[in-house]
Amino acid sequence: MSASILTVRGLSVVFSTENNGLHALDSVSFDVNSREFVCVLGPSGSGKTTLLRVLAGLIPPTSGSFTFSGGEQPSIGMVFQQATLMPWRTVTENIGLPLEVGKVNQAVAREKIRDLIELVGLQGFEDSLPRDLSGGMAQRVAIARALIHDPDLLLLDEPFASLDAMTRERMWMELSRIWQARQKTVVMVTHSINESLFLADRVLVFTQRPGKIKMDMEVDLPRPREDDIRYLARFGELARQLRATIE
Amino acid sequence: MYKRLLPIVFSAFVFLLAWSLAARYSGIPNFILPSPLSVWARFLRAVNDGSLAYHTGITLSEIVLGLIAGVTIATILGYLLAKSRSLEKILSPYIVASQAIPVVAIAPLLIIWLGDGILSKAIICALIVFFPVLVNTIVGVRAVPAALYDLMNSLHASRAQILWKVEAPASLPVFLGGMRVGATLSVIGAIVGELVDAQSGLGFLLRVGDFQYDTPMVFVAVFTLIALALMLYGIVRMLENKFLKWQNIS
Repeated sequence: MSASILTVRGLSVVFSTENNGLHALDSVSFDVNSREFVCVLGPSGSGKTTLLRVLAGLIPPTSGSFTFSGGEQPSIGMVFQQATLMPWRTVTENIGLPLEVGKVNQAVAREKIRDLIELVGLQGFEDSLPRDLSGGMAQRVAIARALIHDPDLLLLDEPFASLDAMTRERMWMELSRIWQARQKTVVMVTHSINESLFLADRVLVFTQRPGKIKMDMEVDLPRPREDDIRYLARFGELARQLRATIE
Repeated sequence: MYKRLLPIVFSAFVFLLAWSLAARYSGIPNFILPSPLSVWARFLRAVNDGSLAYHTGITLSEIVLGLIAGVTIATILGYLLAKSRSLEKILSPYIVASQAIPVVAIAPLLIIWLGDGILSKAIICALIVFFPVLVNTIVGVRAVPAALYDLMNSLHASRAQILWKVEAPASLPVFLGGMRVGATLSVIGAIVGELVDAQSGLGFLLRVGDFQYDTPMVFVAVFTLIALALMLYGIVRMLENKFLKWQNIS
């Protein structure tokens, strides 16, 4: 097993001004190893998204800490529930945004964008605008954008929640393949048991608000995982275990 | 193109015909309702002696100066107000109150203070352009989706990058909507100023035409003003077509 890249210790978040003292996260501690795919599973309102937002540096924790082995400020690729594309930018321009922000040389950027467009299967849509993309395609653009600057950590906030069931399952395969190709450390928030078992090496189950880790489960299913993995007895066992843990 | 122009040409023809017939057979004297032909003749004369170009140029420079000043100040202030609720609380009563004053009422004051040249008219123009651009800038910047800020912050983007890569393009449609209103209003601003007191400009031509019972001249000035307003409106539409292609539902 490779070394831990992310260490979270006693992380608590209380929103003091809004919702008069809403306690979102309560003393959450866990480690994420390098190249590990960790799913945070829990009912809605269990502070899962808050955890991601803290890790992304979007909100400060009320107490506790999180450290990255790479350094103080890791580069982060984030995918949100909605694709969150800029409607005035083409697919290429949307994917290239993190490189622009990081002031990467344009020729280098073009090369990287071309590679990623191929990886997420968007050839032929390079110059399309977001309004002409389906939900699944838009989310692929968002994933490509999150990967383009080769971030230390990939944070996925229910990225497939807004997709229809069939597209969602196809995207699991895609993401699984992309993750294996790019060897990224991933923390993904979801409320789908199937999704977490399809994708994760480990599942952290959160309780109702304030979010606490209730279970830290290793997913010992073989990889690569194909669609029929759900018919394995082990899949069923793990799913039942997760189901029983979530209220 | 031809098909689109046809109804316009046809309606213009009907309008001119009705106007000619009214001028000819209604018994209204020429100095009250001149015929299209006499207006056309007056137009040619004004073109030939250079007076039309001169006065149009004066009015246009007042408008352009006023637009630049009004839009610049309104955009910067609008952005600051959109970003700071406390600044908005402090300033908005004054801004709203200032809009309750008709520009016609303060135009004489501005001309007393600043003279009857281009400057006073440009300022009147700027005042009239200011409000719609300000309001639309505020609305446009406030409407930028929070998720895009999250995205930029997760990438450690700078304030300037957020401004130019997110806020400016995202608020552009609403902003240009304000520009469209502002551009047409700017013509009114310049003319109001010139009607109060001026030595040149289309408003000056209007007044001279009025005093001298040179009604065809008044018509020429009015038509020129319409052309100016249409042109400014057209420029904003062109900007919209150029920069908002992503928005047009094809």
